[in-house]
Amino acid sequence: MKQLLVFIRKEFYHVFRDRRTLLILFGLPIAQIVLFGFALSSEVKNIGITIFDQAHDINSQQITNRVKQSAYFIVQEPAASLEEIHTKFKEGSIKCALVFPPGFSEDLYRSGTAPVQIITDASDPNNAKITVNYLSAILGTYQQELNPNLVIPLQIVPEIRSLYNQEQNGSLNFIPGVIALIFMIVSTALTSVAVVREKEMGTMEVLLVSPLKPVMVLISKAVPYLVLSLLDFIIILLLSVYLLDVEIQGSLILLFAESILFIVTCLSLGLLVSNVTNSQQAAMLFCMMGMMLPTLLLTGFLFPLENMPWIFQAVSNIIPSKYYYEIIKAVMLKGLGFGYVWKETLILLVMTCLLLGLALKKFSIRLA
Amino acid sequence: MMVEVNNINKTYNEGEITAVNNVSFAVDKGEIFGLIGPDGAGKTSIFRILTTLLLPDSGSARVDDLDVVKDYQEIRRRVGYMPGKFSLYQDLTVEENLRFFATVFNTTLEENYHLIEDIYQQIAPFKTRRAGKLSGGMKQKLALCCALIHRPQVLFLDEPTTGVDVVSRKEFWEMLRKLKQQNISILVSTPYMDEADLCDRIALMQNGSIMSIDTPANIVESFPKNLYAAKAGDIYTLLKQLQGDEVVESCFAFGEALHLTFKSDQDADNTVKRIVAEQQLDDLEISRITPTIEDSFIRLMRENATETETDGK
Repeated sequence: MKQLLVFIRKEFYHVFRDRRTLLILFGLPIAQIVLFGFALSSEVKNIGITIFDQAHDINSQQITNRVKQSAYFIVQEPAASLEEIHTKFKEGSIKCALVFPPGFSEDLYRSGTAPVQIITDASDPNNAKITVNYLSAILGTYQQELNPNLVIPLQIVPEIRSLYNQEQNGSLNFIPGVIALIFMIVSTALTSVAVVREKEMGTMEVLLVSPLKPVMVLISKAVPYLVLSLLDFIIILLLSVYLLDVEIQGSLILLFAESILFIVTCLSLGLLVSNVTNSQQAAMLFCMMGMMLPTLLLTGFLFPLENMPWIFQAVSNIIPSKYYYEIIKAVMLKGLGFGYVWKETLILLVMTCLLLGLALKKFSIRLA
Repeated sequence: MMVEVNNINKTYNEGEITAVNNVSFAVDKGEIFGLIGPDGAGKTSIFRILTTLLLPDSGSARVDDLDVVKDYQEIRRRVGYMPGKFSLYQDLTVEENLRFFATVFNTTLEENYHLIEDIYQQIAPFKTRRAGKLSGGMKQKLALCCALIHRPQVLFLDEPTTGVDVVSRKEFWEMLRKLKQQNISILVSTPYMDEADLCDRIALMQNGSIMSIDTPANIVESFPKNLYAAKAGDIYTLLKQLQGDEVVESCFAFGEALHLTFKSDQDADNTVKRIVAEQQLDDLEISRITPTIEDSFIRLMRENATETETDGK
């Protein structure tokens, strides 16, 4: 027991004496939260637009003013020809153009319909779609104002309510994802590197020729990173609550319990990686490519899993972070209890047992 | 017998590289036994087999009467091991390293302090310095302390003096002599022939095989020929000419001189006189000398090489 404690203390020495490790441990979670919370936003704003007005009449002017007032658009110099619009698209100074044909008002009042053209840069299809939606909304409101007395006889009025996130706070969705990612980095990558470093430095050779049981080496390596991961978890929760105004709906105890389970999953993965690699670089690369990329892409926090081809959906089923992400979303954001997440918890538990068993079995008691 | 090795073989890359070839030897209690040989002679592989880190392909070995394969856990409690590469925690201080290894071996620094006192006193002034910042000699002294802290029955030191300055090397060997008095058996390897004399018995190794095992004195004594040292202003021309002379059996550069033996030692003095007269070289001097371990090593190595050649034919 004393051996274990001394060994664990030694691990903490390693961590606190290495600036790089400290930076990854505490700099990364803070940077990620701030980045995702403030800089990276899926909202489309500040769209460059140019207006090619061939009509110059009252209606086209009014619409132009509406666009200018909108917070979503930045109206650039008006264009004088279609060619100029294309040049501007190529330059990248605009993402959208609005074209009024000659005699816009005349058409409108004489025949009752008048066309207006919206040209978008669809190299980013999502943004193009959203831009069109914004412009259509502006045109729609203007149209209604033109016919104040018109009442459509049969009207369906949608009333929208956003559950679990009334204010549509964009931070909510990514926080569980960031937590999962941080655990992957700290528990998997740093742990595997810590074990492989002993191999690389030759200290593993000395440790093996000692009464210390191999299992003890693994436990002593895992415990500090479990503690540090939990510390990171607390930092992220505090930042989310106080910096990003996220409300934690569910039980904190359940949240911590599930997180500990997932950290152990990540630690087992890390120990497994350390068994099959012999250099710190290889371990790091393996964790980045083999563990973090799937976590980013296939847990559903950056890209919805439902839209992926079945093969990727199938692969996502073996990625532990997918289940953790669902659990955290359910508990933290929806305030659901254990009854709603027991299935995911069970899957994680089984995965953890398998990985940990494999890691212990694979740990070699000799060199090579 | 503290260490017994019987016909050990070890190959790597599925038999492609032979690291240890049919090696047998034994180390007595309280004996300093040296494995002497160049890099790649198989010394480290033997150490790793004896410290239970590697499994031999065939053959058996016992340490403190325990089998290295079956009883590996018990052996790991009883031996001290210092790998060839500095293997302590560079980011921990001298004292932290020592206390850590003491705890790992279920003991304390205080309990066995008397054992390491002499050595530790030399590094004690730097005990708050990180191990990575120590000089080469200091590092080896610290590593020796760490390997000794649990009072092992056998000490395995793999090239402990490689990369260490001459003074520290001398001090290091003095420490080993003191440990011998504590009745600790020491198996040590070194590529430096001059350290061979400091061992009780040595095994000369080359290409995974042991060429000879004996006390250093016996090995030197069993050198079968008279050995001569030749010096001249133009040593290169001398070497060429002597190697071409048919009475010369072997001649090779050794430091600043040439060491040579003749095919026949009868009438050798006259041969020497004849050569000096014939060569016409400035400052030519040939004198008889006592062979060293290195001379024996080179002779054995050449004999082995000729044998393999004849075998090949």
